[in-house]
Amino acid sequence: MAASAEALPTPRARRSAAPGLAIGLSTLYLSLIVLLPLAALAWHAHGWDAITSPQAVSALKLTVVASLVVALINAVAGTAIAWTLVRDRFFGQSFVNALVDLPFALPTIVAGLTLLALYGPKSPAGIDVAFTRWAILLALLFVTLPFVVRTVQPVLLELDTEMEDAAASLGASRFATFRRVILPNILPAILSGVALAFARAIGEFGAVVLISGNLPFKTEVVSVYVFGRIESGDSGGAAAASVVILALSFGVLLAIGGVRRWTTRHDR
Amino acid sequence: MRRISFTLILALAFPALAAGAARDTKLSLVAYSTPREAYGQLIPAFQKTAAGNGVSFSQSYGASGEQSRAVASGLDADLVAFSLAPDITSLVQKKLVAKNWANDKWHGMVTRSVVVFVVRDGNPKKLKTWNDLLKPGVQIVTPNPFTSGGARWNVMAAYGGALRAGKTPKQAETYLAQMWKHVVAQPASAREGLQTFLAGRGDVFLAYENEALFAQQKGQPVQFVIPKATILIENPIAVTSTSKNKPQAQAFLKYLRTKPAQRIFAQNGYRPVVKGVTQGLNFPNRPQLFTIKYVGGWAKVEKKFFDPRTGVMARIQASSGG
Repeated sequence: MAASAEALPTPRARRSAAPGLAIGLSTLYLSLIVLLPLAALAWHAHGWDAITSPQAVSALKLTVVASLVVALINAVAGTAIAWTLVRDRFFGQSFVNALVDLPFALPTIVAGLTLLALYGPKSPAGIDVAFTRWAILLALLFVTLPFVVRTVQPVLLELDTEMEDAAASLGASRFATFRRVILPNILPAILSGVALAFARAIGEFGAVVLISGNLPFKTEVVSVYVFGRIESGDSGGAAAASVVILALSFGVLLAIGGVRRWTTRHDR
Repeated sequence: MRRISFTLILALAFPALAAGAARDTKLSLVAYSTPREAYGQLIPAFQKTAAGNGVSFSQSYGASGEQSRAVASGLDADLVAFSLAPDITSLVQKKLVAKNWANDKWHGMVTRSVVVFVVRDGNPKKLKTWNDLLKPGVQIVTPNPFTSGGARWNVMAAYGGALRAGKTPKQAETYLAQMWKHVVAQPASAREGLQTFLAGRGDVFLAYENEALFAQQKGQPVQFVIPKATILIENPIAVTSTSKNKPQAQAFLKYLRTKPAQRIFAQNGYRPVVKGVTQGLNFPNRPQLFTIKYVGGWAKVEKKFFDPRTGVMARIQASSGG
């Protein structure tokens, strides 16, 4: 594994044959798929009271806090899972490895249904968190599981174990080795995964809508609130609320990107 | 040679075009989700009649409000069938359905139902009247009236039930607010509501009789009580003004109001709009049944109760925690 890391070509050495064309195509594609729809959404937005009403503010707060908590839990749990998958050898490993991606394949509404059956009033495990804020965390953790695992895993694979051996031979404890040698190497990947998980969590609808009970001021997340606005014929207000969610997410993603750049400042 | 092979490919690719272009018409039915099973039986039955000979269907089912918006933004439809009249009214405003769509013997309606209390086995909390729902500790599940258009029937059933019990409109609004304090889950749709209730949440689930009967037919352990005072749900249907096959669409509409068709609806749990088709089926009469007119009609009700900014229900939702 150590050898393959050295054999990798460095991306910086390669240059695109026609940089102008590549940039043009990327911009066109991004515009069609992302920028235009978002601009149309902002254009459509009117009625800012849809997002300043107490009910909207409460839903927004709940969603942002839950998404941040979920992203943080993912940072730890996802890294641990990635570590186990890369560094340990155990029976059924490839099975577990495939299991990690399943939350992506399952239609989210089915995920909600399954979680309700497992952790609802009729839970076979005796755990009933349905229709509480814990249920929202649970549903979001389920759908965001793969992000950190899948961003950290390849970096861990490429990581040179000789560095760890060197650290150990110089007398570093296992914890010190992890903190000072491994963590700086995988932190950018963790942050990428955290950003993805956060963005996914803040807009999640399907997995949450069934198990949360959608009680305003208690368990109503912002995507359900927006859905309510649309169903009530107030699509302008729904768009306005969505623009605010997007702006907030964008801010958080930029901040995470900033931290990521800061942690990799020595590489550049 | 080239031309011949091109024609050949066309004929191979579109055998239907070559064979029956002259007499086949395809009607596009855009409907809300619950009558899917009924239409699954009604369409083949219609095709066996003289009027339905050679008419095929494309069918689309989904949440009533969403289907209505889809048609408003350009989804092709010859017939629209929704859960409640406002979803057709919004198409009238866009000139997609004729203004006089409801000017017939059935006021534009094709099926009926009533709002019922789905309860736990044996009705342990003895819930029979709207007032019983205010007993201490009673937990109610109802779809959110802002995400589920159909849930508005529930709210108006509760409001009208309070009026029927002798309350003034103001007192009936207070009743709604008190009742809403007992609501422990507001799923996004009726079907999700049933899932929530079957998962063990709540003592009572406000639902439609046809949904409760459907769940029973599917073998779900569901019991329900019809309160003495409840609302008569009426589901509308209309031919669109943009339809290119109006005669066939009208013929299907006419068929849906015939006795055999209404019998099929009744077997699927809907109360029929014509008499004499319910033999062997149980649709108990309720002395204090009322229609949406009794509580003001949809136009007034939508504005007064369900305006997302100023409506009574918006206020009740806001006071539930704000």
